[in-house]
Amino acid sequence: MTDNVLNIWVYLAETPLLWLTVTLVVYMGAEWLSASLKRNPAANPVVLTAAVLIVLLHVTGTSYKTYFDGAQFVHFLLGPATVALAVPLYRNLGIVKKSLLPMGAALFAGSITAAASAVGIAWAMGAPPELLASLAPKSATTPIAMELARNLGGIASLTAVLVVFTGMVGAIIVTPTMNLLGIKDFAARGFAVGVASHGIGTARAFQVSELAGTFAGIAMGLNGALTSLLVLIWIALHV
Amino acid sequence: MTTNQGTAGNPPATETAVTPQGFMMAVTLFLVCQLIGETIVKSLGVAFPGFTFPGPVLGMVILFALLLARGRVGPMISVASNGILRNLSLLFVPAAVGIVQYWDVIAEFGITLVVALVLSTLLTLIVTVAVFVLVVKYTGGAEGPETEGGDDR
Repeated sequence: MTDNVLNIWVYLAETPLLWLTVTLVVYMGAEWLSASLKRNPAANPVVLTAAVLIVLLHVTGTSYKTYFDGAQFVHFLLGPATVALAVPLYRNLGIVKKSLLPMGAALFAGSITAAASAVGIAWAMGAPPELLASLAPKSATTPIAMELARNLGGIASLTAVLVVFTGMVGAIIVTPTMNLLGIKDFAARGFAVGVASHGIGTARAFQVSELAGTFAGIAMGLNGALTSLLVLIWIALHV
Repeated sequence: MTTNQGTAGNPPATETAVTPQGFMMAVTLFLVCQLIGETIVKSLGVAFPGFTFPGPVLGMVILFALLLARGRVGPMISVASNGILRNLSLLFVPAAVGIVQYWDVIAEFGITLVVALVLSTLLTLIVTVAVFVLVVKYTGGAEGPETEGGDDR
């Protein structure tokens, strides 16, 4: 009896089906919780789902590689989702066109602040150079940030973690911060979270409003491009 | 058929003439745009070593250009886009779970990293939104009638 249960588990644990399904089921639960708490920023679905899954992986002794064999199907959809951002962008074209100047200025200020403040604070706390290099691109999306960290002499895999963490922090603090500052312009709010916290911030912005989500998506794309450019300039100046 | 312009608050709830084939066409269109984007980026990377840009972002630009050329968003594309973007949070879960691979690094530099990331993210949010709102205000305000509630109290 126990052997049979074990055999079934051994089989299931190795198929992509198990962890793909578990990911979706846990996400549905987190979504339900987030919705019933009226999208309270503290109940962030990404954070909740990841936390539950991390505990489950730990309890069942499952490696991340085994988990990712199933979860990769979800992960893959990030690409098409990025392409899909063109649709709300097109729908909100009118207001986007009117906001080109504020977007450009905010992008430039935000992008430099994101990199310089992270590096500055960690440097003041005595972090070694390779850690500073890993921190610099943390507000860009993962693939860009990892490539940039490598070019700067940082640890790309560490950067991947820092990027995700930055995303989750921004997604949680953006709403209380903006309310505290009294910012009611949802285009501006969305743009800020897109610059600071890339896709995870954009996911939060779409929870709040399509307008905020649209501006967050634009900011995410532009910040990836500008961060790349800033790093190229930085390297050119220091070689 | 009119476009969905001006539905800033909520995506259209009901759509007409959504068929399974149409839905598949929309998803295929997204994938084709991404594939073209990735191909261009990789080609540029070969031509100019060190060049990096995310293929999906270029794919977004390509889809956007197609929508501009066509002059409207069809119901299929609208439904497919809404479906995937409403669940954007889910797509970041596998990457977020990836944190488990780096407990040792996190443990080693934990405090420094947490302080630097939290403060930096907060600062970035404040600086970005402040510059955005100030530029709107001092450039005659982009006339922003569509920004709900305006930008100052």
